[in-house]
Amino acid sequence: MPDLLLELFSEEIPARMQAKAADDLRRMVTDKLVAEGLVYEGARAFATPRRLALTVHGIPARQPDLKEERRGPRVGGPEPAIQGFLKATGLASIDDAKIQSDKKGDFYIALIEKPGRPALDVLAEILPVIVRTFPWPKSMRWGARSARPGALTWVRPLHAITATFGPETEEPDVVNFSVDGIEAGQTTFGHRFMAPAAISVRHFHDYEAKLQAAKVVLDPQARKDMILADAKTLAQAQNFELVEDQGLLDEVAGLVEWPVALMGAFDKDFLSIPDEVIRATIRNNQKCFVVSDPNTGKLTNKFILTANIEATDGGKAIVAGNERVIRARLSDAKFFYETDLRTKLEDRLPKFDQIVFHEKLGTQGARIKRIERLAAEIAPLVGADVEKTKRAAHLAKADLLTEVVGEFPELQGLMGKYYALAQGEDASVAAASEEHYKPQGPADRVPTDPVSVAVALADKIDTLVGFWAIDEKPTGSKDPYALRRAALGVIRLILENNIRTSLIKTITTFVSTLLESDAVKAAESPIAIAPSLLVFFADRLKVQLRDQGARHDLVDAVFSLGGQDDLLLVVRRVEALGKFLDTDDGKNLLAGTKRAGNILAIEEKRDKRTFDGAPDPSLYRQDEEKALAQAIDQVKREASSAVAAEDFAGAMSVMATLRPAVDAFFDKVKVNDDDPQVRENRLKLLNEIRAATRAVADFSKIQD
Amino acid sequence: MPTMNSLPAHMRPERSFQELILTLQRYWADYGCVILQPYDMEVGAGTFHPATTLRALGPKRWNAAYVQPSRRPKDGRYGENPNRLQHYYQFQVILKPSPPDIQELYLKSLAAIGVDSALHDIRFVEDDWESPTLGAWGLGWECWCDGMEVSQFTYFQQVAGVECAPVAGELTYGLERLAMYVQGVDRVYDLNFNGREGAEKVSYGDVFLQAEQEYSRHNFEIADTAMLFEQFRMAEEACKKYLAAGWREGGNQREHLMALPAYDQCIKASHVFNLLDARGVISVTERQSYILRVRELAKACGEAWIHTEAGRAA
Repeated sequence: MPDLLLELFSEEIPARMQAKAADDLRRMVTDKLVAEGLVYEGARAFATPRRLALTVHGIPARQPDLKEERRGPRVGGPEPAIQGFLKATGLASIDDAKIQSDKKGDFYIALIEKPGRPALDVLAEILPVIVRTFPWPKSMRWGARSARPGALTWVRPLHAITATFGPETEEPDVVNFSVDGIEAGQTTFGHRFMAPAAISVRHFHDYEAKLQAAKVVLDPQARKDMILADAKTLAQAQNFELVEDQGLLDEVAGLVEWPVALMGAFDKDFLSIPDEVIRATIRNNQKCFVVSDPNTGKLTNKFILTANIEATDGGKAIVAGNERVIRARLSDAKFFYETDLRTKLEDRLPKFDQIVFHEKLGTQGARIKRIERLAAEIAPLVGADVEKTKRAAHLAKADLLTEVVGEFPELQGLMGKYYALAQGEDASVAAASEEHYKPQGPADRVPTDPVSVAVALADKIDTLVGFWAIDEKPTGSKDPYALRRAALGVIRLILENNIRTSLIKTITTFVSTLLESDAVKAAESPIAIAPSLLVFFADRLKVQLRDQGARHDLVDAVFSLGGQDDLLLVVRRVEALGKFLDTDDGKNLLAGTKRAGNILAIEEKRDKRTFDGAPDPSLYRQDEEKALAQAIDQVKREASSAVAAEDFAGAMSVMATLRPAVDAFFDKVKVNDDDPQVRENRLKLLNEIRAATRAVADFSKIQD
Repeated sequence: MPTMNSLPAHMRPERSFQELILTLQRYWADYGCVILQPYDMEVGAGTFHPATTLRALGPKRWNAAYVQPSRRPKDGRYGENPNRLQHYYQFQVILKPSPPDIQELYLKSLAAIGVDSALHDIRFVEDDWESPTLGAWGLGWECWCDGMEVSQFTYFQQVAGVECAPVAGELTYGLERLAMYVQGVDRVYDLNFNGREGAEKVSYGDVFLQAEQEYSRHNFEIADTAMLFEQFRMAEEACKKYLAAGWREGGNQREHLMALPAYDQCIKASHVFNLLDARGVISVTERQSYILRVRELAKACGEAWIHTEAGRAA
């Protein structure tokens, strides 16, 4: 069966867009083929800086013929209906229709035969549409045609389209189409500098091989493998190790068609700069890899660049040029770092009073002061030294105004740590500069040093409370201030460090501290903030537990009790509840409680009243009623004391003892007794079952 | 055009800053560009020259090249930084419509100044360009030579709030960087300016070091902010006044007769804003509003321009 070869040859495509574009091209073409009834055997797409390429093999040469029977109006039906049927089916006369009988009568049937078209024609129709509608993140117009309406847009100017179709053993056909003046053909071009001549291609294999000969490695994975292998070899040849960096490798492979790894060096003096700064300088600005010494684990004064050509001098000029640029960049970095070291972190703080954090939340300076106060309040809860915590919160953000962080924002916190250590701060205080930003996401590490934990909590809760107060809550997919991440951070800090705290109380303290500032323009009433934030925390906790495989309905069942704002206890309770519901006792008690709830719901609706209040023992008519009442009393008492002792497993075992009495009650007792007083009393008893189970959870929220 | 090797040493583009400029001028003149002289006002970049900002608009062909001294008051370092300057040169090429071989034309211009693409690693690295003050954006690249950014390459999509139809290609060469590269010099002030050696040699520092020191002092410490605030206000007002005065209802189409003088005032406001910014007297929130005010002027000038003889369809 024939294969399709498609190449879209353009000016340099941004590296970060190439992988998705190749994938989009494969998906769009194959989806269209399948929609046209052309089921293919396989497809692969590739990208280089100058081309997107696609091969689809095993495409049928023709679409299958379509045969369709369409049922029409009744024989002898109204004339307009028959005319409409002829029009819709393309029949010349109603005599061409078959007549089919069933139990409803006789009907006209049209047999429509649609012959399949050659795949070549179908391709000529779908490919230009795909080029026209290709989903680049940003596209542009160019050249003289850009003055006309409807001009083609592409990521950068598109120069040539190769599109051939045919079996591998034969000379293929060119898919005949053009897009905004670009005719599809079978001519492409080699490497921009090393083999720029036109190349005539036929099939994918021939295409890939001819490109290879013209110094273009088509497959991005092959380019990555080459770069990685060569870079490792270069490093190892000098007994060093390449510092691997997948993100950089992906990017670099998108900047070259013919990768040539080369090693350069810089002055050893620069190694006095922290490794992370050297790496950020060389990586971000120059897109080069750094190299470490396995003996020390530290960087060495080497770097590896990936050129796009085999230079006539073996790369000497290229290495020398890159070394010059890296020397200048590292000089800047060293200058920044040394300049930073000359100013104490605390001396940078006054400037924060000039920097607006958010127009409704005042300055960064005010925020730092708040975090300081709040961290000090949290410190005792997490076992942190109050003075150290205050100091840590005082300095934690100061590095934001350093030169190095200005240049490399991703080094925020880390530089703070280096500068704090350099000015002789306590190790915990220094560490908090870096750690208080953590955890940044579900996979990030949670700090454990109590000083860092206190500052991290204060920082995140202040953010949440602030944006809640000015009503900038996340909505749908919009969360510009990363508040979901902050809330998840708080949850993980609390749970993973086993911190006991009433969130409502903590949030309320934060709210009053925040509102003391004149600069804060709160939109929400202070009293509404804490409960609304607690709901947000509950939602995040549900997501978190669900991601860990726990049941989110159990979280609802616990929060629904009200007053549950100690996350650690909530989670412990959820765990105990989950275990209990896995037992027979648990399942049956849940079923019994739900049954009681259902009966109550019906009867409450019928009588338009609730059945609160204690049942009257004198109205018990059967032993099962008395036994249940007794069991409820006992369970209530014991479960409450177990809960008070935070022994949730114990509370659940107590609950289990309720089960036989509940089962027996439903077995032997008819709730809707003819005597209205007895009926009411029995409904009150059912209500008591519900009340008793509420010692551990709201069973009505638990899904079966 | 004489080949490089036939030139005396001091006239070669890799030996002198001025020859680098002259070589680029000759190259683009040979292509058919109008070789203009720098605009006679203070601007932050070659793009501000009306030969780019305004001429990029409208359907008429326009190919031009020129050197533009560019002032970035904030980038001054008192002459102490090896490559940061508050005043430097850009070489600007604008080709409308962008020719299909514009990348090749650019690469050949590099060859003309001595950058051999068989020896050096030349790359086009994604760089989307946007000028908030000019209400302009385009897509293109930073052009790298052995890891150093030597030019900006942009296909203008919109300028002064007006869609470019057709699109113009803009090439901006960072002349000092290129010269440092081809001369193999690490400090901009060490560039050989005139290509002579010994007593006859004039360096970039001889020409500009004192200016960098003086202007850094001026830009950061002394510039009269009260006067500058007033100048901003006056330029803004004048721009609006000239724009309002320029409109004519001629025949069946609106016409504008004073887009260029109005645009001068927009350039003026932009530079005054840059000076105020360097002096640190504009807060973060005010900054945004100043940028918006300049953009409004630029957009109004763009709108006026496309109703002038040079800016509209024949």
